[in-house]
This record gives sequence, structure tokens and C-alpha cells, in this order.
Amino acid sequence: MSFASQTWIIFRRQMRLALRNPAWVIIGLAQPVLYLCLFGPLLEPLAKQIGTDNAYTFFVPGLLVQLALFGALFAGFGLISEWREGVIEAERVTPASRTALLLGRVLRDVSLLTVQGIVLIALGFAFGLRGSIAGMLLGLVLTVLLGGACSASSNALALTTKSEDALAPILNSISLPVLLLSGILLPISVATGAPQWLATVSDFMPIKYIVSGIRATFTGEFWTTTVLWGVVWTLVLFVAGLWVGTRTFRKDNA
Amino acid sequence: MIHARGLARTFDTKRGREKVAVKAVAGVDIDVEEGEIVGFLGPNGAGKTTTLRMLTTLLKPTTGTATVAGYDLARDPINVRKSIGYVSQSGSTASEARAGEEIVDHGLLYGITAEQATRRGKELFEQLDLDGMWTRQPKTMSGGQRRRLDIAMGLVHDPKLVFLDEPTTGLDPQARANLWTHISDLRTKRGSTVFLTTHYLDEADALCDRILVIDHGSIVASDTPDALKRQVAGDLIELVLHDQAHVGVAAEQLSRLAGAEAEVRDRVVSVRVPSAGSELPPLLRALDAAGVELAAIEVRRPTLDDVFLTMTGRSLRESA
Repeated sequence: MSFASQTWIIFRRQMRLALRNPAWVIIGLAQPVLYLCLFGPLLEPLAKQIGTDNAYTFFVPGLLVQLALFGALFAGFGLISEWREGVIEAERVTPASRTALLLGRVLRDVSLLTVQGIVLIALGFAFGLRGSIAGMLLGLVLTVLLGGACSASSNALALTTKSEDALAPILNSISLPVLLLSGILLPISVATGAPQWLATVSDFMPIKYIVSGIRATFTGEFWTTTVLWGVVWTLVLFVAGLWVGTRTFRKDNA
Repeated sequence: MIHARGLARTFDTKRGREKVAVKAVAGVDIDVEEGEIVGFLGPNGAGKTTTLRMLTTLLKPTTGTATVAGYDLARDPINVRKSIGYVSQSGSTASEARAGEEIVDHGLLYGITAEQATRRGKELFEQLDLDGMWTRQPKTMSGGQRRRLDIAMGLVHDPKLVFLDEPTTGLDPQARANLWTHISDLRTKRGSTVFLTTHYLDEADALCDRILVIDHGSIVASDTPDALKRQVAGDLIELVLHDQAHVGVAAEQLSRLAGAEAEVRDRVVSVRVPSAGSELPPLLRALDAAGVELAAIEVRRPTLDDVFLTMTGRSLRESA
């Protein structure tokens, strides 16, 4: 049986379970939607100050990245409860490839994220988001790839720790600095009034380049260095996430 | 079916700052022939699950070799996995899923078609008394039903060799007895070889042709339940006396007639004899003649617990 069909079996089972209890999918989407509705309007009068014409063309890309980070990073919790119920062990004792066990789960997160991203962008239009449709599609692809990286590494971390008590503090201590330093809510740039030290610190945050890249694609840019860096960092994180994930899933005693 | 030589596993753990290598399994030899039901008996932490996880390809042995179901464990784990069924202690199905879907998906991962998996699954549900449970969610099933569902999961691809890890732990007495029937049926009705771990002596006694006793990572005994019990010298006769003053006389009579040293504990005098049935009547007559008044008599046939005690110096129940 091929690797692809094994991945498909795992993916289909995961989707069935996720859609049977869609509460988590909806809760995952609720957070960025709340930001869009309750924080977005505050940005409108500041649009000029943060260097944009349309506050939502600026804000929606940030929320997409937030959706990818928070939605997929917390996927590991699901894996821990599966592990506790013996599902992971039962799957590992079949001849199926261990990479397929991971990839089927990553595909689930990536698919859910795609739908959530489309809903978010559509809602953005209702608020006044305007820009390049092709650019938004590219932005969505980058978002989904970032989500895949987060999902793979979160699943790997979950399989290593096997405990919610260990996973929760690790993820929280990662996600908050990432959220604040990648300019998701407000731009971190000296040009728009950020202190130099904060801008310098944020330069070390790869996600910041992805956020900037997606923002640029939304305004119709394609062949600029901003977009290029966004794409490069997305691909780097995607490959790294999958590498860590596969390595963990293939390890014995995992 | 299973031939393991010197199978060992060492875990690296940290004790404070110092790295310590803990020997979970210290080199075991295991031979299981086709059609046998073999019990792997030992207290918690003796190395049962670690050994089982090595034999089922879930854990790489530190040293040692094994062929399982005819395939080399290290060189051909995929074929080992295809030929064995594994029913783990922790379950195998998601609470929120539907029983039938879990069975079919599991079968698909073994490479059988959805149609085959459905047919096999429905057969197994019938054999395991799970009729009408196909669309039920595992979370709504009883402990015994869910354990039988786990067994169905482990059998969907029709394996020649089935590993059961503590199959009846946590079940009530009726569910246990019921599961025992199903486990013996694995051999009688399907011709499977069964390797099961347990820390219940009665379970090993009732189900297994042969028992391997493991303690501190090494196998300390391997034989049929009856032969193991014969190693403990005979039946135990316990006499409870009415009067503490008679203890000396009773012990003396008991030692003389049984030809073995009697043990005294408060008002209880006990001795092991080859066969209590034929030795008790003359013993009672002699005690009566000596004026020893008895409050109670107890005769116990040797149990595997006694075997375990003789072999390891501690009781299985205390240590489990």
C-alpha cells in the first residue's frame, strides 16, 4: 500500500473526527474574528500613522498569521489525548509509515486552516479590506505552509512530552513573544515610531518577515524583496517543521 | 512463532544530575511454538510491557535478536507488523469515533480493502458479543465491551500471532470471566498463537499452556502451570488450635507424621505434605489422642502465588 494512501486514510479519519465535533474549529476561528471586529476598528483612524491606506489590508494578513500560529501550534493537545487513548500506539503497530501518521494529521490542520483563512478574508472584505485577489491567494498559501510547520512541530513536541502539563507552558512561552515581536497587531518599524531596540529585536523573529511578506502580497506586490523574504522564511520553517516532525515520529519509543 | 535470544533493553534516565542506565529487561530468551497460549507473568515493573513492546516492534532492543512470526525483528519489522496483532493496555480507539469506522480504518492501514475490513470487522463483532455496536461511540461502551473492541482492532487483519497486554486489568469479575472465554477461543476457533502478559495468577492458571515468570528483567521460571505448582512441595495443612498451650504438642505430632518441619505462628501450626487427602485422617486421630483441641482446619492446594513466592522470595500481590 502506498505512502499516499496511508496518509489519506489517516487524514480522512482525522477530518471525520474534527468535523464531528467542530467546536474546536469554530473556537479557533473565533479568536481572529474577535480581533477583526473589536480591534480592527481602532486601527482605522491610525491607518496613515502605521503607513497604510487601508487598515484592513494591513490587519487581515497579521490575523491570518495569528490563525496559523495559534490554531496549528495547539494541535499537539489533540495528539496527546489520542496517545492516552492508545490510538497512536495502535497505529504504530500497523505496517503504515510513521511519516504518514504525522502527515495525515498535518494535512487535517492545513485543510482546516485553509477554510478558516478563506472565512477570515471574506469577513475582512465586509469590513473594508481591498487589494489584489491573486496576492491574497499567495498570502493564504504562505499562511497555510506556516500552519503546516507549526502543526508538525506541535505534534512532534506533543509526542515527545506526552503531557498537557508540559506542552501548555512551552507553547504559551513560545506563542506570546512570537505574537508580540512579529508585528501582527501593529507594525514594528522605526519609520512608524517603534524604538530602535525593539525593531532590532524583532528583526530576529522569522515570523515578522512572513507577516510583512503577506502584507505586501495583499497590496499586489509579487517580485519585491519583502515578498521574497516572506516566501523564503515560510519555506525554511515549513521544511524545518516537517523535518523535526518526521524525525520524532520515526524515532523508536516515541 | 517467537524465538528471542538475549533480548535486553536499557533506558537512560536521570537521577538528579547523574545519568543512570536502568536495565528494564536484562536479556531474556523466549520460545513460543505455534498454537500455544503463553502467559508472561510478573509484578508491575518486572519488564513485561517492555519485552512485549520489543517483540511488537514498538521498541528497539538494546541488544539481542528475535524472530517473530518467522521474520527477523530488526531486519524486517514491516512483515512482523503485518503478521501480528497487538492489544495494548491503553486501548486503541478514540472515544468520539464510531466503533465500526475505527475497525475499518485500522484494517485499511494493514493494507486490506474496506470491503474485507468491514466483513472481518462484522464477523469479529459477532464473535466477541459486540452485536449492534458497529455505529456506537467507544465512550458509550462498558469497560468490557471496549476491551473486546480493542481485541477486534487487533484481529482485523487476521494475524497468526496475538499479543495481549494485561487484557483484563480493570474489568469486573463477570467481564473478566467472559473475556477469558474469548481469549481461549482465539486458539480453538481461529488457531492463533497467543502471548499475553498478566499479573493475575488465576488468569495465567486458567488460560495458559505455559507460563514464563519474569522478575527484575529476567525470566526466573518457564513451565506449565501444573509443573510450576508441583515445584512447591505439596499441599499446605493449617491447623488453628483452641489452646495456645497445645502448640508444642501439635507441632511435634505434625512434624513427626508429615516428615517435615512444622511452622508455628501464634495458635496456627502448619506443614506442607505431598498429599493432604491421605495424610490428614491419621494426623487428626493422633492429635485427638494427644488431647489437642482444634478450632479450625484449612487445606490449601499450591497456587501460582506460592510458586512466585518460592521463586522470587516475595509475594506477587504485595509487589504488584
